[in-house]
Amino acid sequence: MKQKDMRFLQFYPLGDSAIVLQFGAIISPEIHHKVRAFANYLQKHPFPGLVEFVPAFTTVTVYYNPWLVSEKGNVDPYEKVLGIMKSMLIKTKENTETYKADTIKIPVCYGGSFGPDLEFVAAYTKLTPEKVIYYHSKVTYLVYMIGFAPGFPYLGGMNKKIAAPRKETPRSVIPAGSVGIAGNQTGIYSIETPGGWQLIGRTPISVFNPQQENPSLLRAGDTIRFIPITEQEYNLRKEQQHAS
Amino acid sequence: MPLEILKPGLLSTIQDLGRYGYQKDGIIVSGAMDVVAHRIANILVGSPEDAATIEATLIGPTLRFTTPALIAITGGNLSPEINGEAMGMWRPVYAAAGSILSFQKPVTGCRTYVAVAGGFAIPEVLKSQSTYLRAGLGGYQGRALQTGDLIPLNEPADTIPEELKLQQNHTSFTQTTWALAPQLYYTSEEQPTIRAVHGPEYDLFSETSKTDIWEKEFQVTMQSDRMGYRLSGATLALSEPAELISSAVTFGTIQVPAEGNPIILMADHQTTGGYPRIAQVITADLPKLAQVQPGKIIRFQEVTLEQAQQLYIQQELNIQKIKWAVHNKTHHTS
Repeated sequence: MKQKDMRFLQFYPLGDSAIVLQFGAIISPEIHHKVRAFANYLQKHPFPGLVEFVPAFTTVTVYYNPWLVSEKGNVDPYEKVLGIMKSMLIKTKENTETYKADTIKIPVCYGGSFGPDLEFVAAYTKLTPEKVIYYHSKVTYLVYMIGFAPGFPYLGGMNKKIAAPRKETPRSVIPAGSVGIAGNQTGIYSIETPGGWQLIGRTPISVFNPQQENPSLLRAGDTIRFIPITEQEYNLRKEQQHAS
Repeated sequence: MPLEILKPGLLSTIQDLGRYGYQKDGIIVSGAMDVVAHRIANILVGSPEDAATIEATLIGPTLRFTTPALIAITGGNLSPEINGEAMGMWRPVYAAAGSILSFQKPVTGCRTYVAVAGGFAIPEVLKSQSTYLRAGLGGYQGRALQTGDLIPLNEPADTIPEELKLQQNHTSFTQTTWALAPQLYYTSEEQPTIRAVHGPEYDLFSETSKTDIWEKEFQVTMQSDRMGYRLSGATLALSEPAELISSAVTFGTIQVPAEGNPIILMADHQTTGGYPRIAQVITADLPKLAQVQPGKIIRFQEVTLEQAQQLYIQQELNIQKIKWAVHNKTHHTS
């Protein structure tokens, strides 16, 4: 297994100001663990000229400022950042400390006006709505990447039994907090946006908070679990949020 | 003392150099489309290069200075006027209290930058004043400027050039006798050539596509905005279908959806994408691209990564040169 992964390990440029480190060519928790370990190391050890980095399913993209890295034109910026990333990769591997975070609980009120497509998903999958909720809330999901919209998590781990196609006509407005299914994926709409996912519920908590230092509740590498709640609980959580 | 928006123009937003450090949270960078024009505008009024400016698109806004203000206008030439009288671009201009800045026809380019000494007294959201339209945050109330907006200004430090100080009692505006030499900045061309390096999936494209991208003309269609430029011309295709896993993208990424018409990602691009990336516009040519009006024709020219980085460094050296020249001009009376 290790042998196979190594074959896919590669560095390549994304234009003149970014380098991509790719750990593999398939979506898996093992490969993503390496993505997370490298991103963590980079977070703790930024180098001069680093702009930012973006972890994704199989890659970490490192953005740099060629002018600052080149020491005003005296050093080849690409080669320099490549060298830094290679030595970081070795240190990441030496670092055996595994990343363990608590599973983040996301309360969800399923069905009704919050999940107008729950009935459709149930009919499509030939399950009862209760079973759809059961399968959706039974597993722990891995956050592979935040993208598409601020704070929007790409989650892995959904039970294929509740997979359902996107809506043929996307909705023009989907309220923030909506939890949906599209194909084999499930996700949480972080801001109000148009979209085509089948909506099965809504969470009262904000996954995107621009006023906070860490604006996204979730980060790549986190694990989450959906906890079914009643409409009363939903309203109570909303009120508590407004109060604080 | 605020800046009063009398007419908003087509799309006028407050932008700085962008909101960096949050792409891993799915938060786009935003910021000025023509970063170089933006930086020069700030240099001309003695502001830090990362201070916010107003980015106006094709049809400029009409605005009133309620207090005297030192301003500079750079980027595309949208025919700026103060109180109906043509004003110079690429130089410091001192506008009297009550004077009205407006724009006439776009002559060249697409986006113009209005820097005001002292900058805008608006809050930073996630360390930036840039407007993020889709999430409704940053800038002025998270949106494009509208009629009646009153944008508060900071009290400026004294950066008024000596030669303008002598004429401060003027009732309309005064401007320096000098302006930046045109060879120091980009002047829009009719059919610009945009330099690019290979994208990560370049080798997955068909031989025809790998020729067409560098040889064919592409039109920047009307469906082009701050998020991306949709091109039409040659349709591009992979040599065989490939399943790609979503990964980070950046300003200038040229991606190709299944229907084959390339899209160039611009300042408001999403943080990640899953389309094959045939090429990547070099950073030094992004300002040129930002000034292309929808409907115009562009071509791509292939350069190496090493050339791209050399051009990046040259552009920085050029900005240093401008900074030094402006400093000398504004701090010494001749």
